[in-house]
Amino acid sequence: MKDVKCECGHVNPHGTVLCEACGKVLDEQDSKSKQLLDMRYEGSARRSQTYSKTFIDKIWNFFSSVKVGVWLIIITLLASILGTILPQEMYINLPADVYYEQEYGWFGKLYYQLGFHDLFGSWWYLLLIAMIGISLVICSLDRVVPLYKALKAQKVTRHEGFLKRQRVFGVNENVDENDFMTIKQHLKEKRYHVRVENGDLLAEKGRFSRWGPYVNHVGLIIFLLGGMLRFIPGFYVNENLWVKEGETAVVPETGEQFYLKNNQFILQHYDKDKDKTFEKAIEQAGQVVKNYQSNVVLYKRVSENLPGEERKLEKVKEYKVRVNHPISFDGYSIFQSSYRSELKAMTFLLTNKDTNQTFGEVKINLEDPKAKYDLGNGYSVRILNYFPDFEFDKNGEPSTKSRTPSNPAFVFEMSSPDKEKPETSFVAIKQTIEPFGDNTYKMAFKGIDTQNVSGFTVRKDSSLWLFILGGILFMIGVIQGAYWNHRRIWIQKKNGQVWVAAHTNKNWYGLKRELETIFTDTKLAIPEDQLQRENVDEEGV
Amino acid sequence: MKKRRLVMRTLILLVLGAAVAYSLYANLTKDNKQKVAVGDKAPDFALVDMQGNKHRLSDYRGQGVFLNFWGTWCPPCKKEMPYINNQYHQYKDNGVQVLSVDIQESELAVNQFAERLKLDFPIVIDKDKEVMNVYGVDTLPATFLIDKDGNVVQYYTGELTEYKIKEFMEKIKP
Repeated sequence: MKDVKCECGHVNPHGTVLCEACGKVLDEQDSKSKQLLDMRYEGSARRSQTYSKTFIDKIWNFFSSVKVGVWLIIITLLASILGTILPQEMYINLPADVYYEQEYGWFGKLYYQLGFHDLFGSWWYLLLIAMIGISLVICSLDRVVPLYKALKAQKVTRHEGFLKRQRVFGVNENVDENDFMTIKQHLKEKRYHVRVENGDLLAEKGRFSRWGPYVNHVGLIIFLLGGMLRFIPGFYVNENLWVKEGETAVVPETGEQFYLKNNQFILQHYDKDKDKTFEKAIEQAGQVVKNYQSNVVLYKRVSENLPGEERKLEKVKEYKVRVNHPISFDGYSIFQSSYRSELKAMTFLLTNKDTNQTFGEVKINLEDPKAKYDLGNGYSVRILNYFPDFEFDKNGEPSTKSRTPSNPAFVFEMSSPDKEKPETSFVAIKQTIEPFGDNTYKMAFKGIDTQNVSGFTVRKDSSLWLFILGGILFMIGVIQGAYWNHRRIWIQKKNGQVWVAAHTNKNWYGLKRELETIFTDTKLAIPEDQLQRENVDEEGV
Repeated sequence: MKKRRLVMRTLILLVLGAAVAYSLYANLTKDNKQKVAVGDKAPDFALVDMQGNKHRLSDYRGQGVFLNFWGTWCPPCKKEMPYINNQYHQYKDNGVQVLSVDIQESELAVNQFAERLKLDFPIVIDKDKEVMNVYGVDTLPATFLIDKDGNVVQYYTGELTEYKIKEFMEKIKP
């Protein structure tokens, strides 16, 4: 793999197509052709095209191919579409092994079995993204290094073969000094960087825009890095926290250091009369919520106690958490996210079924019911069984679905002085069953107390800055590459003539328009677009 | 020159490969990530039982501890309780203790449950879910087998058979 020395004296890496310094076509075969030169990478040796010996080289070459990169993107896109056909696991409320088959039949079952219910978290999807990331790195490195070297090594004077095979090319017989000065001035006015060597001229501008694509790729790589950082434990926390009014709960994922007390949950609606601007809208929509708010107190643990033991808490701060106004501390933020109403207490009256006389009120705290309620005068009620979330189980026996009091049911034992044996009554919402025959007494439902429970989202994101940085770099790179073009104009003396050639990486039309302006007031002919001429010739017009 | 290229490429591919490997590994284990895994030291805690006695895990050093998390709404928890009770009697004088942790239910519900099933082992209520959080308990029933030195030797979720319970207790017998 020998380097190639060009006749101009410059040593080029093996595989170089155009000499980095003078642009001479180094490939024997190609030098005889009349075709326009492929200027995409300055004719530099894209390393992956030239070395393919070791296994490492083969892997490298695979990932440096843009075709492979595009295919990876297409496959990832198709896979992503698959993940939107049915709702992903995180959005459903039932367990996955039940939900998909239940809702979507055989298709749902298949979807679940293939693992598509958690598609975006699956190992193979991650692998696709990772491969795109690798492709980004290797494609960029493989191209930017030779391109940079070539653009840096280019000399003002270019070889004949190079100039005449440029897309925009023209020959003039002679040029007088005035015209030359005029052109130089025009070029400078157009903000070209003009270099003159041995009577040959190179005008260049916008080289920085060549690096745009590489900048935006770096941005993408940093973006992916941010995603990867989220896997590191502690970098990304996103948990739910429900706190009843009056309750103090431990904030998840803070190492049991922080506690949140919910003093009050406030729900405010727009008032048709007070908020006149919205009067019409409110009339149409009905009740519209104006504010979800939880007045909280944040505490920090100051005692060195074990989990489960009494802890000493120190108040850190108070805050009114509202939607988009989280309480922040230590990198964490707690957002007002949801709320619900829960049953707090149920009140019953011990009543004689015939006379409707009542003998006492029993208010049962659904979180912590008492075993026995003494009503005086020989009347008392015992709770034999308590089911906070009542249902009949598989065997038809009463049991509870969960520990939340959403559907309380009780087996009461009512003792009264006129009865030798206490009576048993099973009471659920809108249901009373007397298992041992007709009772004299009943537990009549009087009322319920509810309490609000605030739903919070606890969030910590140490990876966000990487996403922001990656995004900004990406946009900078896109703008850098899209809004400016790299333009070069050569005006050189060859064989007693004056040869003019021009090249741009984008926007040939703009370059040609600019050439018109540069060449006005001179006797020089504007160089032709050889590509257009070819097309015209082919069409025979 | 050739050598340098090979070295560079290998280095770059290795770095990229390591990053990908880490991401895949983290992704595969994130769902299985156990806060307290086999081999870890069992986090110490202290809770009060239904009779008012305080139980601290570290007080049981020198004995094996059968640590069981449950709730009255969980049918498999209910089913395995009598078996645990039986084996508790078998092993409590042989150096294996049972600590049964109920997840945040009312004392009434827990007491009635214990009475109905005639359970004799100490039952504590994790009122603030602190112990449950520290142990990373997600599905119930969950059982941790802790040896005499305070290390977790086994973690099991799901209903236990009497045979399995016996097996586990043998394992942590000092």
